[in-house]
Amino acid sequence: MSMPSQQLGKQEVAHAQPRRSRAAVKEERVAYLFLAPWFAGLFLFLGVPLVYSLYISMTDRRLISAGKAHFLGLQNYVYMFTQDAFFYKSLFITMKWIVLSTPLFLVAGLVISLFLNQKYFGMNVFRTILYIPAVVSGVAVAVLWLQLLNPELGIVNYALIKLGVSNPPYWLEDPEWAMPAVMLMGLWGVGGMAIIYLAGLQNIPPHLYEAATIDGAGAWAKFRHITLPMLSPTIFFLVLNAIIDSLLFFGPLFVLTGGTGGGGPENSLLFYMLYLYRVAFVQGFMGYGTALAWILTILGVLMVVIMMKLERRFVFYESEE
Amino acid sequence: MARVAQRTEVQRTEDRTGAGPPFPRFPRLPRILHAVFVYAVLTLASLFILLPVGWMLTAALKPDTAPVFTFPPEWFPTEYWHWQTFRETLLKEEFIRYTANSVFLVVMTVTGAVFSSSLIAFPFARLRFRGKNVLFTFLIATMLLPAPVLLIPQFLLFYQIGWYGTYYPLWVPAWAGNAFFIFLMRQYMRSIPIELDEAARVDGAGYWTIYWRIVMPLCVPVLTVAAVFQFIGTWNDFFGPLIYLDDPEKFTVALALARLVQRVGTEWNEVMAANLIVILPVLLVYFFAQDKLIGGIANVGLKG
Repeated sequence: MSMPSQQLGKQEVAHAQPRRSRAAVKEERVAYLFLAPWFAGLFLFLGVPLVYSLYISMTDRRLISAGKAHFLGLQNYVYMFTQDAFFYKSLFITMKWIVLSTPLFLVAGLVISLFLNQKYFGMNVFRTILYIPAVVSGVAVAVLWLQLLNPELGIVNYALIKLGVSNPPYWLEDPEWAMPAVMLMGLWGVGGMAIIYLAGLQNIPPHLYEAATIDGAGAWAKFRHITLPMLSPTIFFLVLNAIIDSLLFFGPLFVLTGGTGGGGPENSLLFYMLYLYRVAFVQGFMGYGTALAWILTILGVLMVVIMMKLERRFVFYESEE
Repeated sequence: MARVAQRTEVQRTEDRTGAGPPFPRFPRLPRILHAVFVYAVLTLASLFILLPVGWMLTAALKPDTAPVFTFPPEWFPTEYWHWQTFRETLLKEEFIRYTANSVFLVVMTVTGAVFSSSLIAFPFARLRFRGKNVLFTFLIATMLLPAPVLLIPQFLLFYQIGWYGTYYPLWVPAWAGNAFFIFLMRQYMRSIPIELDEAARVDGAGYWTIYWRIVMPLCVPVLTVAAVFQFIGTWNDFFGPLIYLDDPEKFTVALALARLVQRVGTEWNEVMAANLIVILPVLLVYFFAQDKLIGGIANVGLKG
């Protein structure tokens, strides 16, 4: 794809060799000048905060700190792992969400994309509609679902009663049903995943299916042995994204749990970021909050590394053939 | 390879049945039934998306006196067309102010992110300098860095320099470039023939002229994608405004909406009107830019 320009580049290097020095030095200087805003940003918004955050995670820094912060060493981290029940609870809830919601969304998104991939008239209209929830603000979606899931007056329970359910759940007011309620809301936005699947599906070379047809493969065999392996890079990307999004899940939860940093009924929706927000910005323990953020980061990196290891075993790349 | 001859035969039958290549047709269903099935499922899925939105509009168009929750629920406006609710939400609840605030932030972040990212992408795509590969790898690495670690220290630093309660923390960082946009733009700029630069240089053009007059005009598609992404990101951003803004007059739409819901004794018709006001601009941008946007997202999905 980039062959011609690469060759050209080489030729140019070759015959530019004798007069290289001055022009090259100037080119390099200009390049670094263009990069200056990036370097400034790296230093101010990344380097400094990163180092600073390592330090404050080891202090008892408060939001509005009267007096100086005290250096505590690893005490924040020790407390987190030995005494903080909410830390474990929020970790458990976040993991439970990842384990339960990711497969659900992955399968639902795939099913929708398979339908969208059929070649009929007007498919792009469906595509447009199904993608709507993915661009809308998470807060707005949560505000809407807060109403739809209202136990006494909401539409969801109205539909359930009509369908013959005599005792519909209390959704966001019931610790058992709070997470399924959030999942239902998540399902509403599954079109975002479907669009990415769709791009993956449309990249599968048709000749694979033709060859399989000749070999007498049925629809299921084709799906299992062509579609799924060819989609595995897409699925991998989606799983990775779903995990990171779950670890950072915040805005909609904030609305669904009442907007005060509360964690829903019996803290059943106390996701990690919600707890972090509560600790750092509601209770004002900045030092401890930063320690929580570091553990979240380490957790995220660990999960990404594990995923990368699994990728080698389960993900199929065409070029490896 | 010996099958090539046979393949054309299969191709012909496939064409006759009209099955699109990427996914095999569902088995043993006559064509009409298959089409009906596909349309039925997709229509149901679309209704699942659209009915709540319709209900939202219905609720917003009710006067204060009418019950928002009715049995059975009204999906589309039937009885009431009380546009007054929108006026009240915009004026009395000051959503016009919050919209203006959000627009200000959108303008600042979109300009900043698009301009600086293209500036940074330019040398990565078209100049030769030592350390280029190392720096580019580093750029990719920063894309993976999770936001929460930086959240609190950034907050404390901005707090110390007196930026708490101002808009600065919400738009100044955008002017240092966005790693993802830089990556997208670099890929795009590489596809523009380098001969254009060389010809311009022969004519005596400096690097700035090449960047601004030659490369940038050719990059409009990728700049648009970045602008749309940034618009949606800023408009929908919640965490930033939540932690940095304390004065209600400075609230953005997303934050104001969350606060409106939180208030006790809220008029739900106004909440739904506010919700529509928050959703509408993004939807409009999405409808106009959807091909570029979806193309961009899909490419990220495949190559990311």
